[in-house]
Amino acid sequence: MSVKTIAGVAVNVSEEGYLEDMSQWNEEIANEIAKEVGIELTPKHFEVLNYLRDKTAAKESLTIRGVGKSGIVNIKELYGLFPKGPLKFSSKIAGIPKPTSCI
Amino acid sequence: MKNLLILGAGTSGTMMANHLRSKLYLNKWNITIVDQYKTHYYQPGFLFLPFDTYTENQVKKVGKKFIPMGVNYIQKKIEKILPEENKVVLEDETLNYDVLIVATGSKIAPEETEGLVGPLWKKDIFDFYTYEGSLALRNKLRTWEGGKLVVHITEMPIKCPVAPLEFAFLADSYFRKKGMRDKVDISYVTPLTGAFTKPTCSTALAYLLKEKDIHLQSDFAIEHVDNDKKEIVDYEDRRIPFDLLVTIPTNMGDEVIEKSGLGDDLNFIPTDHNTLQSKAHENIFVIGDATNVPASKAGSVAHFQAETLTDNILLYIDGYPLKKEFDGHANCFIETGNNKALLIDFNYVTEPVHGKFPFAKIGPLQLLKESVFNHWGKLAFRWIYWNMLLKGIAIPFVSRNMSFKGKVFDIKPDNKQ
Repeated sequence: MSVKTIAGVAVNVSEEGYLEDMSQWNEEIANEIAKEVGIELTPKHFEVLNYLRDKTAAKESLTIRGVGKSGIVNIKELYGLFPKGPLKFSSKIAGIPKPTSCI
Repeated sequence: MKNLLILGAGTSGTMMANHLRSKLYLNKWNITIVDQYKTHYYQPGFLFLPFDTYTENQVKKVGKKFIPMGVNYIQKKIEKILPEENKVVLEDETLNYDVLIVATGSKIAPEETEGLVGPLWKKDIFDFYTYEGSLALRNKLRTWEGGKLVVHITEMPIKCPVAPLEFAFLADSYFRKKGMRDKVDISYVTPLTGAFTKPTCSTALAYLLKEKDIHLQSDFAIEHVDNDKKEIVDYEDRRIPFDLLVTIPTNMGDEVIEKSGLGDDLNFIPTDHNTLQSKAHENIFVIGDATNVPASKAGSVAHFQAETLTDNILLYIDGYPLKKEFDGHANCFIETGNNKALLIDFNYVTEPVHGKFPFAKIGPLQLLKESVFNHWGKLAFRWIYWNMLLKGIAIPFVSRNMSFKGKVFDIKPDNKQ
């Protein structure tokens, strides 16, 4: 774990740059992380990000399928918003932990 | 008389029947367990069956043998749970309950992916999370002449998240022993960011894929199977060709959960992570892979859950507050091929670490390192499962909560995987 300044705010991040504390997140931070991975955020992106944050706050697991059934976007659209690894990039930009397995 | 009803006589349900019968007064509590199937499978064995390591008879027994005296065993299909009326409807009768334990498990749902159950299903596309699938795959492998083997995970969560990786490792050993490894190209395809997603594991174990010449394809979320071209295709039209596809289809809870309106969109039941009480109904408890708790859905986890749940059922019956005790503890052997295995021990918040298990500094089992001892441990576990675990006999020196004795926190994570 290390401290990184993103959009003028010092936040705790993992080695891979995921926020360790989701309460440190704000929209400027999201915009800056998005730029790093080459994504320009639109209101639709933020709808998805807020959905992911709500699910995480409720301690529910995140799946691509779940996002597809959220009523916000279907899975193809999710890929359109976050190309080459939608959960990986959307969770990073949403300031929530990276989805993991047992090992 | 009051009624405690258990739905499902798999690993979790059978353990709960055994734990509770010896703790609830026979003249106060009836215990009934319902399951539509006669056979109890040792599901970890489905990993070994395809490679002819285990025979059919080593992984299945008659389920009733493991249900204790004094428990009413009903072999019937469960139609619906009526939580507002405290009733469960079976195919030809209705049961009342005061306390309900749902242990209906999870199963594969290959029909959720377009083209999976098509012309190639059980010909060139197999699962090994069912007895039938594992057996069909064994028969295929016995005569397969080689080509592109693709081991693939559709989406998380799945019953045992590590089994697909173990399958790839064991396949490497299997084809080497058969003298045909040069004819087989093995790929491992995952919707996650890598084969190892936890920093300690990717640091300690990344060498395994290289050593075994297994090609990793990450961030692949399958959209459909192209049966004509023999390719799996993701949402960005990335295509991976296969000659033999071993896939882990979507895992879902039982349809009875959906019919009863008790589950999430994968039919898993919202459950308190620490007490195992269902979130919607205070007299319904949930265990094993039927829950939505963010732990592995493996029997190892169910085993630790069963100990906490037994205490909580007794507390609930007597009107006491429940223990917020379950910590997501899992303790799993991971086969790495060549008669070696790893052992991992972790919980909701602590990643797998190095160390010795179960005795600090002594072991004899090594955490997060390959060893022959660990492999023997995995093979010995089949005996432990049938003779101790199902019967609710505590496994000596292995506690329900994760212990930090003997653990060495020496792995500095890096993300170079």
